[in-house]
Amino acid sequence: MERDAVPGEMLATRGRGFGHRYLPFAYPALVITAAVIVFPWLFTVYMSLHDWKIGQDREFVGLANFVRLAKDVRFLESIGHTLYFTALAVVLPLVFGTAAALVFNERFPLRGLFRAVFILPMMATPVAVALVWTMMFHPQLGVLNYLLSTVGLPPQLWVYSPGTVIPSLVMVEVWHWTPLVMLIVLGGLAAAPTEPYDSAKIDGANGWQIFRHITLPLIMPFLLVAAVIRTIDALKAFDTIFVITGGGPGTASETINIFLYLQAFSFYNIGYASAVTIVFFVIIVALAVVLLWLRQKAKWS
Amino acid sequence: MKSISFSRRGFVKAAALGTLAAPMLNIKSVYSQSGAFNWKKFSGQSIEVSLTLSPRGELLRRHEREFTELTGIKVGSEIVPEQQHRQQAVIQFNSGNPQFDVITISWHVQKRLFGKSKWLVDMKPLLADRALTAPDYDFSDFTAGGLRWAVQGDGRMDTLPLNIDPWMIYWNKELFAAKGLAFPKTFEEILMAAEKLTDKASGQYGWVSRGLKNANVPVWTSFMIGHDMDPVNPKTVQLQTTTPEAVAAAEYYKKLNKDFAPPGTVGFNWNESQTSFSQGKIGMWLDGIGFAPPLEDPTKSRVVGKVGYGIMPSGPKARHSATFGDGIGIPVASKKKEAAYLYTQWATSKLMCARLLQSGGGSPCRGSSYSDKDVIAGLKLPREWLTCLQESTAIGRPGLPEISPVTEFRDVFGVGLTNTIGGADARAELVKATEAFAPVLQKSEA
Repeated sequence: MERDAVPGEMLATRGRGFGHRYLPFAYPALVITAAVIVFPWLFTVYMSLHDWKIGQDREFVGLANFVRLAKDVRFLESIGHTLYFTALAVVLPLVFGTAAALVFNERFPLRGLFRAVFILPMMATPVAVALVWTMMFHPQLGVLNYLLSTVGLPPQLWVYSPGTVIPSLVMVEVWHWTPLVMLIVLGGLAAAPTEPYDSAKIDGANGWQIFRHITLPLIMPFLLVAAVIRTIDALKAFDTIFVITGGGPGTASETINIFLYLQAFSFYNIGYASAVTIVFFVIIVALAVVLLWLRQKAKWS
Repeated sequence: MKSISFSRRGFVKAAALGTLAAPMLNIKSVYSQSGAFNWKKFSGQSIEVSLTLSPRGELLRRHEREFTELTGIKVGSEIVPEQQHRQQAVIQFNSGNPQFDVITISWHVQKRLFGKSKWLVDMKPLLADRALTAPDYDFSDFTAGGLRWAVQGDGRMDTLPLNIDPWMIYWNKELFAAKGLAFPKTFEEILMAAEKLTDKASGQYGWVSRGLKNANVPVWTSFMIGHDMDPVNPKTVQLQTTTPEAVAAAEYYKKLNKDFAPPGTVGFNWNESQTSFSQGKIGMWLDGIGFAPPLEDPTKSRVVGKVGYGIMPSGPKARHSATFGDGIGIPVASKKKEAAYLYTQWATSKLMCARLLQSGGGSPCRGSSYSDKDVIAGLKLPREWLTCLQESTAIGRPGLPEISPVTEFRDVFGVGLTNTIGGADARAELVKATEAFAPVLQKSEA
């Protein structure tokens, strides 16, 4: 009984002056947030309004950097590459991850061992993974073309051709991140009730119908969480692309991140790169809004 | 601290004595006996050295303990891959507080930027200071080619010459012999040989060179200087990248890499080219001479003993080998300049230059490295390599323009060149790249 009284007392003492007395505890966090998030953000905006190149004088140019971006074919193409890469790198792991989760949800011998093996890729360092794949992609010496040759297929150019570079890079992403989706969906399947399945069997539903009308709606919220995580990861993908192709051949796999990196750290165009950052920020916010909207919609249904 | 000071009278006396003694004594030993120069003078200090991941950087690190034994100066060295090293350096210098006392730089990429920004100490006053310069340093031993790179347009010399890397053609003698071919003497003969050596059905190709954007630009300029044309006019600093010579060089580049090189060259840098060549199915490989050692290493290569080291053949108008190079310098902001200067002397000493040559990891800028029989006897690569190196250096011509935005230049034109391998029109790509790059160059020179 006395325990119930404790929250009440706290509420009572909270009322007046609570904020004043406890605010100092929030100061360290506020200061750090201001220093590492708010200030850099505002400074980026400031830089984006200048023609600023390391080693040269800076000059205020207003929105000229943004106007230049709007006309920069290479930048516009990089947006396209980013969206293409992201779409594939989100959808494919979702499909394969869900399939894998369905398999691992069944009972079969040595399930634990296979599960552990399946999630191994996730533990590897991205740069190391990228280096290994670079060797595997090599058109003459790589193991992938060797494998193709053993089944009688012609060798492919993989990341060495503008046409196949992005799907090949997505392959690495899929290999690397499907296990994550599998884990999330597996959690969803474990939490699903069994009754709907029993009644569906009584009604004579086949496997596909059960998946489509029972399993999928039940794991939908989990799939959306996985989609959000994958989208964030795919948008910021940098290490694998940079190590494997550096944005090439030519500019065929140059995503916004690679373009940004080149402008900032290879060409030292700080002002222009800041403008890219801001545009990228807007794109990410827009995508986040779409995903949140989808999530809301899933809740209603 | 005891400071050394001379009175004028004392100086005159010493000079008179020196003049008298000169015929009898070795001047150098007078200095070493006088105690004016002393390797141990800055004993106890510690310096930071920033190096690149290359045979040059690794050689310096491997022997740095000897420097500490010689001078009592502790060395902390950091080795960073070339591209990242360049970026790090610019950012650190721009912050005004670089974290190193010695740095190696690539002249062909960084010379102009560093010179304009005056980030490095002028070496000339230091070299003239006999209290700081080892008597046996022998500055006159440096080759004219090396010194030309090291000296800036305004006459400052902000680095000491470390290495010059001329480009040449590695060729597979066995494949050439099988077709009854000799090493080409002209650009045209390269094309003919490449065509005869290419047999796609058996996976054999006549040619390989860099197709990866940015990395591929020196391949194109190697051909352009054979037309007696530089990508940027050194006097007027105007782009010459749409001239008929530039276009011809790009078309030639396209032809070789598209028709006679293995599939996938669009993504090849030197290391992929090297791997391909070392497998024994490539006729010719154009690249820097410093990449030879792994080709002669039986654990890494199938072409040991079969590699020919060919000097760049003649172009339609001239015969040149594209050259690149590195120097070593001291940041103006360093607080231990004297200790750092001792390190740069040691790094460019006769001993270290000889070691560099013997390992095949580069070509030092000292004449003595090539004339000393003991040095030559210790060479780990075939004599033919050395001959090629010397003759290539003799016909050397800078492979990249001396401008600040070199990286952007390489990227923009590199993309165009990569596109040509995919089939794009060489002239159109060059026009596009020139339009994109011209404003950047103009602004950097303003």
